[in-house]
Amino acid sequence: MPAKGWIEVSDTYCKGCELCISACPQEVMELDMTRLTPKGYHPAHTFKDGCTGCAICALVCPDAAITVYREITKAVPTPVGA
Amino acid sequence: MVATNANNLVYERPEGFTDTPTHYCPGCTHGVAHRLIAEVLEEMDLIDRTIGVAPVGCSVFAYNYFDTDFVEAPHGRAPAMATGIKRVLPDRIVFTYQGDGDLASIGMGEIVHAAARGENLTVIFINNANYGMTGGQMAPTTLPGMKTTSSPNGRDVETQGFPIRMAEMLSTLDGVGYCVRRSLHDPKNIRLAKKAIRTAFETQARGLGFSMVELLSTCPTNWGMTPVDSLKFVEQHMVPAFPLGDYKVAAGVAQIKI
Ligand SMILES: Cc1ncc(C[n+]2csc(CCOP(=O)(O)OP(=O)(O)O)c2C)c(N)n1
Ligand code: SF4
Ligand code: SF4
Ligand code: SF4
Ligand SMILES: [Mg+2]
Repeated sequence: MPAKGWIEVSDTYCKGCELCISACPQEVMELDMTRLTPKGYHPAHTFKDGCTGCAICALVCPDAAITVYREITKAVPTPVGA
Repeated sequence: MVATNANNLVYERPEGFTDTPTHYCPGCTHGVAHRLIAEVLEEMDLIDRTIGVAPVGCSVFAYNYFDTDFVEAPHGRAPAMATGIKRVLPDRIVFTYQGDGDLASIGMGEIVHAAARGENLTVIFINNANYGMTGGQMAPTTLPGMKTTSSPNGRDVETQGFPIRMAEMLSTLDGVGYCVRRSLHDPKNIRLAKKAIRTAFETQARGLGFSMVELLSTCPTNWGMTPVDSLKFVEQHMVPAFPLGDYKVAAGVAQIKI
């Protein structure tokens, strides 16, 4: 199963340029047309499940607006003798 | 959703930045170049002893965005100012951040002689093929046939000359330790650009001479394109005219392991 991740996009920095949207390999990003940032941009957000926390959106963002998280999946040790 | 804590963190805004949002146009890759520098300074633990030299051009306010000391140079004179600072304070890391109008036009003399003297500086050179700040005039790096506000019919090489390839030109000088060209148009190239910026600062930290990273960059506003289309323009038109590559890696620099 692919890693599960999530992102936060800062309203302070996002300028709605869409570079993250076109770079996201999972195609889970879009501009949120229901919201405006204080500067007047529609900010980017994820609109469906599937984010893997790959951080490619953050890599291309010119405004360092994206924080990326990934769920930690610790392998459960197999009991001895199982 | 899992509780958000430091262990889950994959990426956050680098510490090398202040909290100030930039004035750059949406999607302008000046911001990507800034971010890579901030990340490298953080990773090398250099934030407290770095001095940046800002140019005239769109990046004139760069001093507001980096959490390092900064000075503002007159147009094109950043390498001269950086020379003085580095010679007086040799334990500091000194870098200039310059556009193609600043570095390859009005400041051509300063950059050539700083490189020829082998000043132990790092130069981040943003090639966006025009004068962004003043409204998109033709620069020495404007592509043949490219329309700008001062070449409205397209750059005519018969009367306006050919683009200048700075990385290639400076690489011929003996004082240069590291001189490369990278691009900011996609994730792979952004990663390669960051590695080059790291190598350039490592070159300076080890006293191996002048280092420059030329970065192909966008100007969506003056090119009259969306930010996404501007990246395609870089890939399709700028990379062929300004080939990516390592133009000079001195022997000592080649030993650096990152
Ligand atoms: C001495 C002097 N000459 C001319 C100008 C006008 N001027 C301001 S920015 C600029 C060119 C900037 O272009 P570039 O260095 O490519 O930076 P960009 O904005 O594209 O990042 C010019 C000619 C000036 N400010 N000072
Ligand atoms: S972290 Fe990766 S998958 Fe998630 S939104 Fe960003 S680019 Fe898309
Ligand atoms: S790349 Fe950054 S600034 Fe541009 S839309 Fe995405 S989050 Fe916003
Ligand atoms: S004018 Fe061009 S180079 Fe300057 S901030 Fe806007 S897009 Fe970037
Ligand atoms: Mg320019």
